[in-house]
Amino acid sequence: MRKIAIYGKGGIGKSTTTQNTVAGLAEMGKKVMVVGCDPKADSTRLLLGGLAQKTVLDTLRDEGEDVELDDIMKIGYGNTSCTESGGPEPGVGCAGRGIITSINMLEQLGAYDEDKNLDYAFYDVLGDVVCGGFAMPIRDGKAQEIYIVVSGEMMAMYAANNICKGIVKYADAGGVRLGGLICNSRNVDNEKQMIEELAKQLGTQMIHFVPRENQVQRAEINRKTVIDYSPEHAQADEYRTLAQKIDANEMFVVPNPLEIEELEKLLIDFGIAN
Amino acid sequence: MADTVKTEAVIDKMLEKYPAKVARKRKKAIVVNDKDAQQEIQANVRTVPGIITQRGCTYAGCKGVVLGPTRDIVNLTHGPIGCGFYSWLTRRNQTSVQGQTPENQENFMTYCFSTDMQDSNIVFGGEKKLRQSIEEVYELFHPKAIGVFATCPVGLIGDDIHQVSKECTQKFGDCNVFAFSCEGYKGVSQSAGHHIANNQLFKHVIGTSDDYPEGKYKINLLGEYNIGGDAFVIEDILEKCGITLLSTMSGNSTYKGFASSHHADLNGIMCHRSINYVAEMMETKYGIPWIKVNFIGADASAKSLRKIAQYFGDKELIDRVEKVISEEMVAVEEARKEVLPKTEGKKAMLFVGGSRAHHYQELFKELGMKSMAAGYEFGHRGDYEGREVLPSIKVDADSRNIEELTVVKDEEKFKSRISEEQKTKLEKAGLKFRDYEGLMSDMESDTLVIDDLSHFEMEVLIKEYKPDVFCAGIKEKYAVQKMGVPLKQLHSYDYGGPYAGFEGAVNFYKDIARMTNSKIWDLIGAPWEKEKTLSASVVHDTKKPEKEEKESA
Repeated sequence: MRKIAIYGKGGIGKSTTTQNTVAGLAEMGKKVMVVGCDPKADSTRLLLGGLAQKTVLDTLRDEGEDVELDDIMKIGYGNTSCTESGGPEPGVGCAGRGIITSINMLEQLGAYDEDKNLDYAFYDVLGDVVCGGFAMPIRDGKAQEIYIVVSGEMMAMYAANNICKGIVKYADAGGVRLGGLICNSRNVDNEKQMIEELAKQLGTQMIHFVPRENQVQRAEINRKTVIDYSPEHAQADEYRTLAQKIDANEMFVVPNPLEIEELEKLLIDFGIAN
Repeated sequence: MADTVKTEAVIDKMLEKYPAKVARKRKKAIVVNDKDAQQEIQANVRTVPGIITQRGCTYAGCKGVVLGPTRDIVNLTHGPIGCGFYSWLTRRNQTSVQGQTPENQENFMTYCFSTDMQDSNIVFGGEKKLRQSIEEVYELFHPKAIGVFATCPVGLIGDDIHQVSKECTQKFGDCNVFAFSCEGYKGVSQSAGHHIANNQLFKHVIGTSDDYPEGKYKINLLGEYNIGGDAFVIEDILEKCGITLLSTMSGNSTYKGFASSHHADLNGIMCHRSINYVAEMMETKYGIPWIKVNFIGADASAKSLRKIAQYFGDKELIDRVEKVISEEMVAVEEARKEVLPKTEGKKAMLFVGGSRAHHYQELFKELGMKSMAAGYEFGHRGDYEGREVLPSIKVDADSRNIEELTVVKDEEKFKSRISEEQKTKLEKAGLKFRDYEGLMSDMESDTLVIDDLSHFEMEVLIKEYKPDVFCAGIKEKYAVQKMGVPLKQLHSYDYGGPYAGFEGAVNFYKDIARMTNSKIWDLIGAPWEKEKTLSASVVHDTKKPEKEEKESA
């Protein structure tokens, strides 16, 4: 089983990209589990056709110790297993601690066991790794591969670079590696070249360039992935390609995060300032 | 002179094991006392990580020390169960149940209240559980007041304990609920917790009752925590003298006592470190002057009573105090004479508290014993060097973390107790107001003063000086006793006490004479550590061949 965590700046399209990619992998016949690690619990909405999921933490709170895997895991599009870690309302409690608790719970309940015959486990993580809890999926060897969703906007690249610092921190102990950058296009000038250069400087690859397309929003409003909603659409093929590239990927590195000056220079040389 | 050489050598030994940077820092906290000079000591700074310190946490200082001894305030710990349980009654604070009937039992000290936070309360926030717990306490006990104490996780997840408390106060109408942001990590030691406790008591309780207590000479005693029954002894003496004790903060205390304590005409401070904030604020707001007193030691007790009488300046009181002192001193002198041959010339070391390491030297002096080395766990420079250094103390980030209340004169309740003219006159006669000279000026020259003593430094001191008794707490007790030196706990008094006042002095004399003359300390150390054991050498190998062994197995 390959364990993959998707990181990236808030609002960059992690959940959308993850679910569409997972749909692509499912179409290829892979058995995939998605673990949403965002307190908003919207990481499996497109696979389940709505927010039908009771979160791990809610269940834990209601049922006490007596929790079964079936209580917290729903089957979605293409036989994918979907769970949401969940968390407190904004401004209350500790969401980071919540993620630690729920991942431990999933492990204890045997969500990753051999008999589940999983090919992939995907962690969809909250944008900013604000505390230790949000780094949970890359600690202790839980996820081995990281893909960072990024765009040509400065803050997205800045966040990607920061996430790389986190990966370096846990690379030794947890064995986590960076699998590549996924460029989720925002139609920034020169975007593809710039992200390719950023990937090169980080020592990784831009695994795929996902063009901006309104069909994604249309599918989303219908609570579906593009592959599910319009299998014939060109955008569906983009996600299929991304899924194939990830499935075939063999480039796993410990990244070299950039100094802030280097990052700014990149923007000046390639980006909008040029 | 020879002493000085030895002292310096001991300091070197204490420091030589440390890395250079740590040694530099620790050196500033170790002073060879010169009682005639104004020496500076480093105090109230962070302990270097890795050092085994005596210190406790901010929560311990707030909940355990200052609020713990009050009987009719329910102290509710908001946190995991351990914080509440291990701070419950461990200081042996006693309380009187006089005036209580089966229908009206307002002693909550025998209960341990905690919200018992679980993992899900950390994740989803603990405010709901806190509110439930407060309501449960209110329904079960109907106390006059509930104090809510924050533990470390509460600060991390940001539960608004003050808002919850405020809402509960409004809802109940007849129960004052107030909270303390005393998360354990907040200060460099428990001292921060004292300050937080002082602030909240002052804000929410002191001065809230208009009941006017009767009495000719009304005082409060601050910084006396009724360990082993100390407060009972002091209460008796004051009563004999005709002095009315409105409130003790907080040994054997009640909510009502705190609430009407602003009617007192004088505040006497025992433990300067833990409670001087309240005294200062009460003086500003209500006009109550404060003086330093000490009821540890028979002579010190007599001196403190005389100071109080001198303040009121009433011949009747002065005479009565003298009469009480002379009556009490009979038994004291008798006991002292009896133990003196056993204790005279012996050596003591005291590393405890923010005042006890100072006060207990009085008792050792009366026993003819020398205090070789002393220091505080959580004292500040003022407690060592005297209050005159207060303006020169640098306020660092750790202290800024603690709220500083802005207190102004209460136009309605402020009453000037003493004219400036009278005050000057008393000061000329030797009664000092708002003054504490600190520990260093009372210790002999060439003795050692060490702040925040580490375990390693303690071992060096014991090996080098072999004191006859070491005074500290439970964390040090058994390590010290294994080195063959008796240890007297001055946090909890072990199983002894009271040690305050005249009666307490007699108890202390007897306990110390017994401890320092016991033969048992010579028996520490196994025989094989003291005597040469038999030795032998192997002549030939008796081990059987491996094959045979296997067969037999």
